[in-house]
Amino acid sequence: MQAGPVYCNDVLVRGSVEPHPATPTTPVLEVEDVTKRFAGVLALDHVSLQLQQGEVHALVGENGAGKSTLIKVLTGVYQPDEGRIRYQGEQISFARPLDAQLAGISTIYQEINLVPLLSVARNLFLGHEPTNRFGLVDERRMNREAKAILAGYGIHVDVRRPLRSLGTGVQQMVAIARAVAADHRVVIMDEPTSSLEPREVERLVDVVRRLRRDGVAVVYVSHRLEEVFRLCDRVSVLRDGRLVHTSLVADITRLELVSRMLGRAVADVARARTRFADQQHEFGDQPVLRATGLTRRHVLSDVSLEVRPGEVMGLGGLLGSGRTETVKAIYGIQPVDDGAVEVAGSQIATGSPRAALAAGIALIPQDRKSEGIIPSLSVRDNIVLAALPAMSRAGFLSDRDQDAVVARLIEQLRIKASSPDQKVGELSGGNQQKVLLARLLALNPRVLLLDDPTRGIDVGATAEIQALISKLAGEGLGIVLISSELEEVVEGADRITVLRDGAVVGTLAGEEISEEAVMTVIAAAARESMRAADDAENPARDGSTNVAG
Amino acid sequence: MSLAEAARRPLAADRRQVFDWITERGVYVGLAVLLIFNLAFTPRFGELDNIRLQFVQVVPVAIIALGMALVIGTRGIDLSVGSVMAISSALLANYLGYGPVVAILVGLLGGAIVGIVNGVFIAYVGIQPIVATLALLVGGRGLALVIAQGRLTEVFDPTLRILGSDRIYGVPIVVLVALAVAVIVAVAVARTTFGRYVVAIGGNPEASVVAGVPVRRTLLVVYVLCAVLAALAGIIQTARLSASDPSFVGNLIELSAITAVVVGGTPLAGGRVRILGTLAGAMLMQLIGATLISHNLPDSATRMVTALIILGAVFIQRQRGGP
Repeated sequence: MQAGPVYCNDVLVRGSVEPHPATPTTPVLEVEDVTKRFAGVLALDHVSLQLQQGEVHALVGENGAGKSTLIKVLTGVYQPDEGRIRYQGEQISFARPLDAQLAGISTIYQEINLVPLLSVARNLFLGHEPTNRFGLVDERRMNREAKAILAGYGIHVDVRRPLRSLGTGVQQMVAIARAVAADHRVVIMDEPTSSLEPREVERLVDVVRRLRRDGVAVVYVSHRLEEVFRLCDRVSVLRDGRLVHTSLVADITRLELVSRMLGRAVADVARARTRFADQQHEFGDQPVLRATGLTRRHVLSDVSLEVRPGEVMGLGGLLGSGRTETVKAIYGIQPVDDGAVEVAGSQIATGSPRAALAAGIALIPQDRKSEGIIPSLSVRDNIVLAALPAMSRAGFLSDRDQDAVVARLIEQLRIKASSPDQKVGELSGGNQQKVLLARLLALNPRVLLLDDPTRGIDVGATAEIQALISKLAGEGLGIVLISSELEEVVEGADRITVLRDGAVVGTLAGEEISEEAVMTVIAAAARESMRAADDAENPARDGSTNVAG
Repeated sequence: MSLAEAARRPLAADRRQVFDWITERGVYVGLAVLLIFNLAFTPRFGELDNIRLQFVQVVPVAIIALGMALVIGTRGIDLSVGSVMAISSALLANYLGYGPVVAILVGLLGGAIVGIVNGVFIAYVGIQPIVATLALLVGGRGLALVIAQGRLTEVFDPTLRILGSDRIYGVPIVVLVALAVAVIVAVAVARTTFGRYVVAIGGNPEASVVAGVPVRRTLLVVYVLCAVLAALAGIIQTARLSASDPSFVGNLIELSAITAVVVGGTPLAGGRVRILGTLAGAMLMQLIGATLISHNLPDSATRMVTALIILGAVFIQRQRGGP
């Protein structure tokens, strides 16, 4: 990686790093001493950053470190209070995001910002559709070109289908294709892989490398350190609004990087990382949760699983393998055609979250924003929401009961809020997730279904939540854990049920559990289903009958 | 980020605080300004009789706005309130032969049935509130005319006259009724699980389902409550005018009620219910009408001013960027 002289002094690194030997030139984008305040709170504190042509520059930091603010300053969403921004050597100020876009800075946000009901092709060309000589949209050409563009990303879908009929991963790729289709000098990616599955991450990696080859500067914001080390040339760390570190990626170790982000000593970080796996859980004999034969056409086929008290059951599998649907089916918000759910031996009605809650099953949904928090309500109201019936007499609420529970949970989970009356929408992602956990714990549940509980959460809060999961299992709860990070499931689970295409394809327990083992199970299932598909095409060749589609 | 959203983002924090402030307290300031203006420039405004009249006249809008505040708190809207007034008024006149108590109960029951229809369509069938209640805005008025056989009926009943015109310690009974309704709704919002569910649903309907909130049942109750309150307003209006005129009673009252709610600081996007603000909003609308009339501007001007105020209030809420 380190070709030629490298000027590294921990604060500013000048010069391009990559194989293609650009001489040290003016940076494409330069942030100089930028400060931004919100209602007196310092969000950015004299931050300086330089972005070279053809480099992939990682921007990391915990939630609330100022990454989003910095991006928004770069793209014209916010105006800096102090400091300057230089673009291609000239001082500029973008009055609004559109100006930045027109100048050649495009941004891919964490949440997908497309029109779900329009076709894939329409989304790809939104705002610059090819037209025919009557000024109408040339559908045929648009579809043809859209198909070609997406094929370049390895995506082969019917571009006439509405976007929302595709998986989130594909939607994200469409968003990326859209953003980099045009002629851009700077591409800012805010957690681009948070909803991608491994195969799609590979494509994204290719895309980023291609951009770098073309001389585009990429700002890559990510919580996933593997990606930083794999993909990025330089890394800058923000903490509490200040730039605390900039260096070549090659010059810093993972542990050092985490410790810079947390502002803690390296030894502490190492300890926090292993705690999740350390604890040995003792299991009860009788399963606290048993799901049998959960089936939904095209979604789930005959999914069964058991969780004993004190056990963390991981659900392994790729995005779209039916993990989320499985926990939703258990919780009653995913309709099923067939199947049963038992809690401690007694069957509960499927299709009713209220029945599930009454039986002691609680869920942290995958999408914290749309299905989890109620942003307009206070921390207190969010925490007690599910437990209200237990805290009221004839429908009337008792402040004393609520306050006691809320105070206990805020302390137990170390939720950082200015007061219980603060609106949840104003908290950081990690604290929002803790509020959701508090909501579940207020119910004194027997089974927790956690769908990617650390998604998009900073390192510190992730460690806390993982420790909490382990502790709750230790207290005898049955836990079902899903994570977009395979590592997290492998570290945290006592047993792993592996899913593929909505069906269980294997179970791993104890010593068998490793990232490799899970991937082996998935890969083996993929091979088998390919063979099954072959057999289905030539049923005469052998006698096998039981072929899934 | 959508462009519209993006265009709103760059607003400086201090400007947003200004809009926050207006949303929170603007209605009280507006009310104070109107009061001062009228006390200074409108002859006989400060006399007890006039003040009493303003309070009596605001009662129907205030009662309906309280129900509307609950509906809007759930991110919904109820356009059928005026028609419900007409239905209850027509039923009251029709059943007066069985005595005033029975007639009033039948009127309220009629409202409840409309509310159930609204609620079932919205909560269980899944029709958008604006469409479902628009259907009843049109159909309900027709039904009222059928019940009344298209006629204005004069209503002579001593009990109703007492309800409509008498006072207790100088306070008109209808005002007391409205105050009682306000207290009940305020307690329901602040102190009951029902109230918490209302704002939770408005704040995030999907998350409410996941949190085990009985979303459908709560919505049904909200629309029934709103319709029953509208029916009560219809009965009060009939008692006060000693006549039931189903083709006119409650015309365009949905506009005034929605305006009162929004001006009072309850966001149209739901998630919040402000009772005191709603009452102040209703009074504001009432005083604007009274001011324009007493300075010889026609009713048509009032309507246009109302429209401008609702636009302004919604604009300010949007600038504010969420509740």
